[in-house]
Amino acid sequence: MSTDFHQSVVILGSTSGIVRATAQAYAAAGYALVLAARDEEENECLAADLRVRYEVPCHALHFDGTDVASHEAFVTACEAALGTNPTGLILGFGYMAEQEAAQTDIAEVQKMVDANLTGAISILERFAQVFETRGSGFMGVLSSVAGDRGKQTNYIYGATKAGLTCYLEGLRVRLFKANVTVTTIQPGFVDTKMTYGLPLPGPLVASPEQAGQAIYRAVSRGKDEAYVPFFWRYIMMIIKAIPRWQFKKMSM
Amino acid sequence: MEQSLTGWGGMNPETCHVFRPEKRRALSEIIACKHTDSLIARGLGRSYGDAAVNGGQGVVNMSRLNRMLAFDPEEGLLECEAGVSLAEIIDTFLPRGFFVPVTPGTKFVTVGGAIANDVHGKNHHCDGTFCEFVASFTLLIPSGEILTCSRDENEDVFWATAGGVGLTGIILTAQLHLMPVESAYISTDYTQCTNLDSALEAMAATDNDYQYSVAWVDCLAKGDKLGRSVLMQGNHAPADALTGARATDPFAVKGGLPKVVPFHCPSFVLNPLSIQAFNTAFYAAHPTSTGKIVDYNQYFYPLDAIHHWNRLYGKPGFAQFQATLPFESKDGLVKILERLSQSRRASFLAVLKTFGEQNDGLLSHPMKGYTLTLDLPNRSNLTPFLHELDTILLDHGGRLYLAKDAVSTPETIAAMYPRLETFKTIQKRLDPKGVLTSSMARRLGLVG
Repeated sequence: MSTDFHQSVVILGSTSGIVRATAQAYAAAGYALVLAARDEEENECLAADLRVRYEVPCHALHFDGTDVASHEAFVTACEAALGTNPTGLILGFGYMAEQEAAQTDIAEVQKMVDANLTGAISILERFAQVFETRGSGFMGVLSSVAGDRGKQTNYIYGATKAGLTCYLEGLRVRLFKANVTVTTIQPGFVDTKMTYGLPLPGPLVASPEQAGQAIYRAVSRGKDEAYVPFFWRYIMMIIKAIPRWQFKKMSM
Repeated sequence: MEQSLTGWGGMNPETCHVFRPEKRRALSEIIACKHTDSLIARGLGRSYGDAAVNGGQGVVNMSRLNRMLAFDPEEGLLECEAGVSLAEIIDTFLPRGFFVPVTPGTKFVTVGGAIANDVHGKNHHCDGTFCEFVASFTLLIPSGEILTCSRDENEDVFWATAGGVGLTGIILTAQLHLMPVESAYISTDYTQCTNLDSALEAMAATDNDYQYSVAWVDCLAKGDKLGRSVLMQGNHAPADALTGARATDPFAVKGGLPKVVPFHCPSFVLNPLSIQAFNTAFYAAHPTSTGKIVDYNQYFYPLDAIHHWNRLYGKPGFAQFQATLPFESKDGLVKILERLSQSRRASFLAVLKTFGEQNDGLLSHPMKGYTLTLDLPNRSNLTPFLHELDTILLDHGGRLYLAKDAVSTPETIAAMYPRLETFKTIQKRLDPKGVLTSSMARRLGLVG
């Protein structure tokens, strides 16, 4: 079956709403897939869904972003499942603690660093090597607009994502020479579990399907950075432009 | 989150605590009821009344549990989660030569909702209800246990859940037989009928030649024109009946962007004059004709082309009244149409069709006879008027459809559904603590 599928993608953290929709966009475009997540039961449901809807090969593999010792074996397992190394990679796992919890409980901070930085860097470095050696590939990594500017409401989470964004900046330059693209994805509000119930103005909230399509398009075009939905670029431009003396007085 | 919910008719909004799980495990936590005393599952909110509303209590929005799990092309058997919509099934499987076996007038309903209301379509007279095509489903009950239900396993729960408006548990997954088709098109015949008698005669004489049959009724017509209708019958078009581009790709349809009603219209937009003008134009635009080929959206889902069409009725909303009467009670049908025409309560949508045999669903609606469906704007004391229609129905051995009802009473429903007591016994056994309930269940005494 997989011989008909020339392109393949590994999706890390496939059980979150935005990432599920991104996987769907790849399946619709005829990619073979590996869905990787901790929750095996859920992941198998999602893999079955893509196989049934899009008639593409889709493998569910167990993956824990924070278990860095398992990452090397995971790269091998992907190759075994697909019959070849994947064309590219989407990284969508991460952890967000409540700001208040993070301020008082260092274990929560540690969990965010483990997932959003150590775990992400560990697996990205391994695939970076594979893609660099081959001289082709793509990487789409979900960071966060929270990393664009430290806000009192979530600056600890924001700090881990700012670190990730900075890491991707450098990785992009290194892999550019090997014909590998690195896209930093900055999601704004998307209608998933994370935003459900928040009093957000409807027009600012994208559906997961819109977000998934936008991520697929940005990564396919090899963009360096993509805000999803696109207008978040301008919202963040304004937020970043607020002078510090003013920013201090705001409730953000 | 706290959200004001109504049925599709938009009447009587109530604030509910809405959960929208994205994982199955989250559902098990929700049914353990740590945050609310009671729950009801909700799909895409197309029930007209309060079947999927639970005022002040929990509502589980199932739309994100919509994974397709397996498909066997030999048998046409699809296994999927309850939140999958008929629209998704059609988009996925029509290009492979399968259509949904039974569909209501909108494709924006979930599989779970289709089972819980045991929905019917224009093919009931030959194919029966949605549940006829459901091989099995899994049901999460308040104890946390998951029951597999089919005609062989937990049969009583199967038939209590078919049409049981969500009160027996939360449907997780279902196995559904899809129907093989050769194209995305329907070959339709239109017949103008000058009054009710001629429409009923035409149906009786010709329905057996068609898989799909429904009559649009002008319910403002009076006297010897009472029940003036256009009978719209059709069959799936075989591939060799298509010409031109359609013959090259029999499963492709042109998809225009849907139009949207962006806000609630002033409630005077749909009034007897505007509806009379529409009815006259509709009748004139559909002369008797045969063999016209239309795509499935045009035939089954004309209203789906206008998103939020329910807003045409304005803020007060509307009620849908669906009455089913045995064939021998034609005079009941005449009385309802006369009462409607006298009251000048114009119904923008009025359809008539015949039902085949009823199934074993304890609260399943369809039974052999005529079924008449009306949309009535919520104004000028609508509730007493609907109660008046309920009485006519009861006097003639007829029954209402729970998926449509917003105003009826416990006494009326108990008289219409003689198997309600059996239903309640099974419901109580599955849900001894009374976790599953809805605004409708409380209003009509369907539980407890």
